[in-house]
Amino acid sequence: MKAYRGWLLPLVALGAWWLASEYGWSRSGLWVSPQQVLATAIHEVASGHLWVALGASLARDLSGFAIGAGLGLALGCVLGLSALGNRLLGPSFNTFKQVSLFAWIPLISVWFGLGDVAKVVFLSLAALVPVVVNTADGLRNVPLPLLEVARVYGYSRWQSLTLVRLPAALPSIFTGLYLGLIYSWLATIGAEYLLVSGEGIGNTLIDGSEHFRMDLVLFGMLVIGTVGWLLNSLARLAERRLQRLYGTF
Amino acid sequence: MQANSLVLDHVSKHFTQPNNGAALQVLDDIALNIAPGEFISIVGASGCGKSTLLRLILGLESEFEGQILLGGRAIRGTGLERGIVFQDHRLFPWLNVRDNIAVGLKNSPLASAAKQQVVREHLALVGLERFAEAYPHQISGGMAQRVAIARGLVNRPSVLLLDEPFGALDALTRARLQNELQRIWAQENITMVLVTHDVEEAVFLGDRVVVMQPNPGRIKRIVDVGLPHPRQRSDARLVALRDDVLGDFLDA
Ligand SMILES: Nc1ncnc2c1ncn2[C@@H]1O[C@H](COP(=O)(O)OP(=O)(O)O)[C@@H](O)[C@H]1O
Ligand SMILES: [Mg+2]
Repeated sequence: MKAYRGWLLPLVALGAWWLASEYGWSRSGLWVSPQQVLATAIHEVASGHLWVALGASLARDLSGFAIGAGLGLALGCVLGLSALGNRLLGPSFNTFKQVSLFAWIPLISVWFGLGDVAKVVFLSLAALVPVVVNTADGLRNVPLPLLEVARVYGYSRWQSLTLVRLPAALPSIFTGLYLGLIYSWLATIGAEYLLVSGEGIGNTLIDGSEHFRMDLVLFGMLVIGTVGWLLNSLARLAERRLQRLYGTF
Repeated sequence: MQANSLVLDHVSKHFTQPNNGAALQVLDDIALNIAPGEFISIVGASGCGKSTLLRLILGLESEFEGQILLGGRAIRGTGLERGIVFQDHRLFPWLNVRDNIAVGLKNSPLASAAKQQVVREHLALVGLERFAEAYPHQISGGMAQRVAIARGLVNRPSVLLLDEPFGALDALTRARLQNELQRIWAQENITMVLVTHDVEEAVFLGDRVVVMQPNPGRIKRIVDVGLPHPRQRSDARLVALRDDVLGDFLDA
C-alpha cells in the first residue's frame, strides 16, 4: 500500500479533470478532456510524429551531454589536480558559472544561428558546469590520510593519481555526470523553445501552444516528464552498480 | 628483511602554528635505542606527541632536529622497510580486503605471482582468508584493523609502527588482537613500536615501556618489563608493573 501512496494525488487530479470535462464545467476551448489528450497521444505515436520529435531531441541531448561532460571532466581534472591550473582558470570559471545559462542564448544565436549547432552548444554548457564543479571538488577533497598511505608505500605521483585520487573522487564525479544529464535534458527543451527551428519535442509544445491545441501541449509535457524520469532512473541504476563495484563510500 | 636497530638520536620537533606563525615545541630531546626485534611500547596522555614521533620515524614529516637512524643509516622519507598501522585503519573503501593488503606490495620488487602468494600468507596470518573478497564497510572494526596490520607487514618491514591500533575497539576484541599481535611479533621476528594510552596494553606487550609526558612531549622514564613472551595477563608481576606505571599518570 505504502508504495502506491505517491499515486494517490495524481489519480485524484486525473479523476477530477475527467469529471470536470464530462460535466462541462468549463466551456472554454482551452479546456481539453483526458480522452482528447489520449487520442492525440495515440495519433502522435501512430503517425510517427512523436518518434521524429523525440529522436531529434534525444540525439541533441546526448551529443550535447557527451561534449559538455567530456570537456567538463577535462577542465575539472585541471582545476582539481593542478594548483597552477586552478590559479589560472579557477577565477574565470567561477565567474563564468555565475552567468545564468539562459543569458548565453543571445550570444549563442548570434554565433551559431538557431539550428542544431547552437542548440548542442547550449546543451553542452548546461552539462559542463555541474561536471566541472563536482569533478574538481572530488579530486581536491581526497582525504589526506589516504594520500599518506600512498606515500608510505612509495606511490609515484601517477600511482597516487590513478590508484587513490581518482577512485576516491569517483562518487563525486558521478554526481556531476548525473546532474549534467538532468540539466542537459532540461536545457534541451529550453533550447528548442528559445532557438526555434527544426524538430524536437520542445517544438511540439510550441506548435500546440501556437495553435491553441492544449491536448498537444499536455501530451508534450507528459513526454518530457517521462523522459526526464527515465534518464533519472537510468543514472540511479548506473550509480548503484558503481557503488556495488566499489563498495559504499 | 633483517631486523635493524632503530636509534632516536636527540630528536626534537617544532610545528609552526598556522594561526599565528609561532613555533610550538611538540617533542623535546627524545633519545632511545631500540634493539632489533624488540617490542617497545610508548604510553602517554593524548597530545604528548606520540603520533608525531611515529610520523617522524615513518618519514611523513621530514623537518625535525636530531637524527633517526635505522641500521646505522639516517632515514630519508618513507620506505618499505618501515610499516605502519594507523589508529583509523585507512583502508581504501573501493578495494576489497585482498586488494587492500596488496596495496602495500604495489612497489615491492617481488614478481606478481610471489605478491599473490605473500598476500595469501598474510590473509592467513591475520585469520581473514574467508573475508578476502569483502569490502571494508562489510567487516567489523577489529577485522579492518587486522587487514591494516596485514598491509603493514606484507613488505616484511624491519620495523612495524603501531599508532593506537586498538584504541577504537571494544575491550574483548582489543584483548584478542593484543594476543594476536604478540603471536605475530614472535613469529615474524621484527621490531615493533606500539603507541598507546592503555597502560595495561603497553605493559602486556612491551619488552620496555617508554612513559612520556606532555608540553613539550618528552620521555619521563623507561620501564624494563623483563618478562618472557608469551605472557599471561593475570601474571602478578605484570599487574604490579601496570600499577607502577599508572602511578606516573596519577600523581602527575
Ligand atoms: N601538523 C601539525 N601542525 C601543528 N601542530 C600539530 C600538528 N600535528 C600535531 N600537532 C600538535 O602536536 C601535539 C602532539 O600531537 P600528537 O603527536 O598527535 O599527540 P598524541 O599522538 O600523543 O596524541 C598536539 O598539541 C597537536 O596539536
Ligand atoms: Mg595520536
